[in-house]
Amino acid sequence: MKLRDALVDLYRKAATSLPADVEAALISAYKKESPVAGSILSVLLENVRIARKTERPLCQDTGVPVFFIKVPVSVSQRDLRNTIIEATRIATREVPLRANAVDVITEKNSGDNTGIGFPIMYFEETGRGRLIVDLMLKGAGSENVSRLYSLPHVELKAERNFEGVRRCVLDAVYKAQGKGCPPYIIGVGVGAAKDQVSRLSKEQLLRSLQDENKNGVLAKLEKKIMHDCNRLGIGPLGLSGKTTAIGVKVGVNHRHPASYFVDVSICCWADRRSRLIWHI
Amino acid sequence: MLLGRQKIEADMAHLKSKIQNPKSKKKAVKRINLPLTREDVLSLHIGDMVLITGKIVTGRDKIHEFLCKERLSGARIPFNLEGTILYHCGPIIKKAGKDFEIIAAGPTTSMRVEMYEHRVIADYGLRGVMGKGGMGRQTLEALKKNRCVYFHTIGGAAAHLAERVKRVIDVWKLREFGSTDAMWLFEVRDFPAIVTMDAYGQSLHEIVERKTGREFKKLTG
Repeated sequence: MKLRDALVDLYRKAATSLPADVEAALISAYKKESPVAGSILSVLLENVRIARKTERPLCQDTGVPVFFIKVPVSVSQRDLRNTIIEATRIATREVPLRANAVDVITEKNSGDNTGIGFPIMYFEETGRGRLIVDLMLKGAGSENVSRLYSLPHVELKAERNFEGVRRCVLDAVYKAQGKGCPPYIIGVGVGAAKDQVSRLSKEQLLRSLQDENKNGVLAKLEKKIMHDCNRLGIGPLGLSGKTTAIGVKVGVNHRHPASYFVDVSICCWADRRSRLIWHI
Repeated sequence: MLLGRQKIEADMAHLKSKIQNPKSKKKAVKRINLPLTREDVLSLHIGDMVLITGKIVTGRDKIHEFLCKERLSGARIPFNLEGTILYHCGPIIKKAGKDFEIIAAGPTTSMRVEMYEHRVIADYGLRGVMGKGGMGRQTLEALKKNRCVYFHTIGGAAAHLAERVKRVIDVWKLREFGSTDAMWLFEVRDFPAIVTMDAYGQSLHEIVERKTGREFKKLTG
């Protein structure tokens, strides 16, 4: 099999099949919910089943493809980039994906999900002899309600500490209400610069919902924020209920003494991510 | 306790029995047929679960902007919008020979067209708009004034909802706006939705937002 074809399969898997940990979290939420919120969750789970069975996209918004790629030393990033672009064109036609890349100058849709900076690709070199490609299909509804904060934030009474971070996340989720398709999975990035924390928060969304943070302080923070998000009562699709978030993941970088950026990446319940491991 | 999958199936069966037996104690799911009349709209209230059957049209950002700016007379739109539902949806559709095959057809975030919707409702004789996430004050007032209603359908359930689209009848503005932003004419059967904004000025979204606002204050006070 060629790498290009494996990447097309990766697209298909990501678009049509919800990761097992997310499905398990929805089932466990379903057991706890009231009749109305429960019936909404049952439709979502039914949708997951149909999509997997018929190999059709879970959601018509197949999003912005975001790649996180770990590249072995001997592999050319430029070649990889071209292969991904080629696979994107094929996947758009064959899965099919919705064409989502719009030229900002002409307002024309490229029709094949490729364009300037589209798909998004983040490369990192690895010492291992295998290529690891993580693909996330990030829907626009939840991307549009994601937010960046610079602390201190007076109105939120958010100081430069983890209590401040908690306030930022609650503010973002409260303002999002049901617009980004809850139950949400929330990635948080804290650090020195706004581009850096935005990438970091998105990278958190790759973690399994069962993954416990290796750092005890962050693990505790993640649990606390998730608990408080669920106290808000926004519920499945924003029509009220006990389940507003099914995962909160926090990542940190060192910060500048004068800066404390917090980025909150919100992901819809249809958290479409998939991994390809390719031996070179 | 039943396992997850079994419990879901039991719940779906219960939902179906409610539809078939509307006299059961729990609130029945209402079946509605399009086109809707003013009286039909007035019989709907927030919280009502409905199954929609008939012809609906889609429209997102570009269609709303266009309808608003052009203020077309009904005759210039190839579809009859009187009494129908405008669905905020950018579907995935595959061309299969001469026909169109529906692949995925879930709702998009309605709030993006808030600045246009009140005028579209007033000008084109719609009886319903449908999407996800709810809409704002301007739209709520237009719903009341023009006897129209907002249906909230299931965000992200695109494969499930595509099965309720029985036929893609036609399309308008395909070349100009592209497949996602074109106006599609669908025939739907038993398309599920919940009334979350009604013609009486009630909004379930405002109620939830107020309730969550109180919790937010407690959590950040």
